[in-house]
Amino acid sequence: MTLRTLLTVPARVQPGEAFEVRALAQHPMETGYRRGSDGALLPRDLLRRIEARFEGELVFSAELHAAVSANPFVAFWLRVPAGGVLTVDWQGDGGVAHRESRRIDVA
Amino acid sequence: MTPMLRALGGAVLGLFLSGEVAAQPALDPRRSGFDFMSPATQAMQRDDSANPAFLWVEDGRRRFEADCQGCHAVASLRGVAARYPAWDGASAQPLTLAGRIRSCQQRHVPKNPRGPELAWESEALLGLEAFVAHASRGQPIAPPDDTRLAPARALGAQLYTQPFGQLKMSCAQCHDALAGRRLGGSAIPQGHPTAYPLYRLEWQGLGSLERRLRQCFSGVRAEPFAFGSRELVALQLYLAQRAAGMVVESPGVRP
Repeated sequence: MTLRTLLTVPARVQPGEAFEVRALAQHPMETGYRRGSDGALLPRDLLRRIEARFEGELVFSAELHAAVSANPFVAFWLRVPAGGVLTVDWQGDGGVAHRESRRIDVA
Repeated sequence: MTPMLRALGGAVLGLFLSGEVAAQPALDPRRSGFDFMSPATQAMQRDDSANPAFLWVEDGRRRFEADCQGCHAVASLRGVAARYPAWDGASAQPLTLAGRIRSCQQRHVPKNPRGPELAWESEALLGLEAFVAHASRGQPIAPPDDTRLAPARALGAQLYTQPFGQLKMSCAQCHDALAGRRLGGSAIPQGHPTAYPLYRLEWQGLGSLERRLRQCFSGVRAEPFAFGSRELVALQLYLAQRAAGMVVESPGVRP
């Protein structure tokens, strides 16, 4: 299963300059604690983890839990010495796995 | 009145008149719902990479490129959403942008695997609507000057002031008389449809103006009119007229 996500990075950065990476995913983030109109517990459906790798090296990761709102937005700062590819992986309940990549060029 | 006071009064009146003659846009008392939001929510709308509505815009772009580009060029979409609701010759009735997309899909995309008709408020329809509306961002709302729309627009104006539901409240009672004040913790906006379809934090999703109107009807404990009904289209025609010239912000964010 795939996700609808947006990943925003500057197309070109200065070497060593900090820049912001923003990731947004469309997901209901069902907590597993709510009940539906029939009284039955709604099964938990969460994005559990986001991992960002630059040229294969883990640069950011976060565990997401039930208190995170639907359509989670994650932003972090990054500094790279040279150009490369940033990949962001989302993993979640029900075998959800989605990868998005962006090329970042260093001026 | 002393001559001096009279002279002062004349000067003030003169100022007022010259302001009116110049008709400065700064004097427009109309405000978008954007102006009533918290700075944090405003920042979310200003920044496209933080605005969750762009998840739907991107989805709509993919659907448009797959299904619609045979007839419509992307470049031709600019300003289209600012003119809707508009008269539809084929069905001889006014249609909203969502209604127009639905009927277009029904007529011209027969082999569509998602079915012959897009359901109201479906993700597919909202995506296409968001994509088309985004193309009109920054344009002034320009309701068409079409006499065939006049009866529906008049119905909309009447519905706007008609009390509804167990609370016996009309749109005008809140959005004209009490705009800028608060209902519980929430600001009451002037009710200008400048940013639809929009991402509402309360909905945790994208929704149309019709969804918003239906929610207001539930709020006054009235039975909401159906999606695409004559009454909701008429109300939207009136609201577009009322907001004519205001700038399209779609897709917006609201609390």
